[in-house]
Amino acid sequence: MEHAPPQFFHRGPAPIARLTFFALLSILLMVLDARFRYAEPLRQFIAIAVYPIQQLALAPFTMLSHTSEYLTSQATLRRENAELRARHLVDAQDLLTLEAQRAENQQLRQLLAAREKVAREAIFAEIVYAARDPFSRKVIVDKGTQQGVKPGQPVIDADGVLGQVTRVQPLLAEVTLVTDKDHAIPVQVLRNGLRGVAYGSGDGTTMTLRHMAANAEVEKGDVLVTSGIDGVYPSGLPVARVERVERDAAYAFAKITCQPIAGTDRHGQVLVLAKTEETPVWVEESGRAGKKAAKAKRSRRGE
Amino acid sequence: MRTIETGPEHILLPVKVTFMAASLLAALAFNLLPWQDVRGVPDLVALVLAFWCVHQPRKMGIGIAWVMGLVMDAANGTLFGQYALAYAALAYAAQGLHRRIQRFTVWEQAVQVLVLLLGSQLIMLVVRLAAGGTFPGLGFFAGSLVGAVLWPLASYLLLAPQRRPAVVDETRPI
Repeated sequence: MEHAPPQFFHRGPAPIARLTFFALLSILLMVLDARFRYAEPLRQFIAIAVYPIQQLALAPFTMLSHTSEYLTSQATLRRENAELRARHLVDAQDLLTLEAQRAENQQLRQLLAAREKVAREAIFAEIVYAARDPFSRKVIVDKGTQQGVKPGQPVIDADGVLGQVTRVQPLLAEVTLVTDKDHAIPVQVLRNGLRGVAYGSGDGTTMTLRHMAANAEVEKGDVLVTSGIDGVYPSGLPVARVERVERDAAYAFAKITCQPIAGTDRHGQVLVLAKTEETPVWVEESGRAGKKAAKAKRSRRGE
Repeated sequence: MRTIETGPEHILLPVKVTFMAASLLAALAFNLLPWQDVRGVPDLVALVLAFWCVHQPRKMGIGIAWVMGLVMDAANGTLFGQYALAYAALAYAAQGLHRRIQRFTVWEQAVQVLVLLLGSQLIMLVVRLAAGGTFPGLGFFAGSLVGAVLWPLASYLLLAPQRRPAVVDETRPI
């Protein structure tokens, strides 16, 4: 290279070459992430590196809330205390009978030789921020694998089901809300036990109860609770309230719009529920089917 | 044509790399604040990246923009590479147009930056639609509008450390 330019003029590869390189790299990452979930370790690594910045950004807000908590006037506290006492008294009658009912329930279950329902452990967590992604409905909570949060665990707030943990990092976890388009939750109508699956509608605020026959007995105002048949959500937790039922003879299914009961657009405290007992496996059927398939394979091979 | 904020063609002091890094981190911290609804909230990381790509194209480029994009992806749980691709394209365009953009007044610059920001959002939209998302409504683009409006403020703040001291020395040749 006789006519190599001086060092000053070196600028590395051309911009278009760099752009092509990084664009291809991003597309590769996106495909790996969307199809195979291979990008998780890298994502976790970056998330841990960013964690201090996040905490720094949140520091003024946490400080502000702590200060305002500290400065809450005594009158407010007394009023709140009185309200809570009254509420506690109202709840007490249920709570007092709860123990007895729980024991009775257990006895009955034993009589029926049913599986004992394991008491769930719950992890208290706080919503740190909502993910900056208008395409999905996710929130980030401040508990992660270090505190025992695992993917798949249901998350509830004081009113009902909020969503499900979909991704965990050591100190944070990502919760997909019930209003997310890709989120489905098996529910039943509290009034008559009709089962269905509620999906997030994608507009971020409502849910839809899909695949219900046009004459299904669902009415405006019906409360939907988890049916518990998926083994992920415990049964009986309130999920949504039916807001609108459109029955059109042209379609086989009714169009049912529901409003989530939990505060999906609020920030606050949530409970991450530990996973339920293992769902019973369909041993006999799958075993027989497996054997049959194996036999068929063998016979095809001519053994 | 002269730029508004520097008046009669001032020569700026060389930029400090630490200041560039600090401004990027501050923008990142802003983006990670607990927003209730991200519609209408400007993406400050994109704005600051575009700013440095226009004003310091040799120090800021596609590679750094790509890494910042990955950080945004990791923190927001979006499709991994979505922000990275959008930011890389933004940096490429801003770098390529930096001479032209600098010729205009700040408000005219803001209009051109608006196009760049909208372009990067459009890339994200296309990526997410391809990945099976739904269109989140036109409010999605409002953040870019607010970001472009903030461009003059960003120019003022981010160039402030580079301005020469106010004491004018008439005997100085430049």
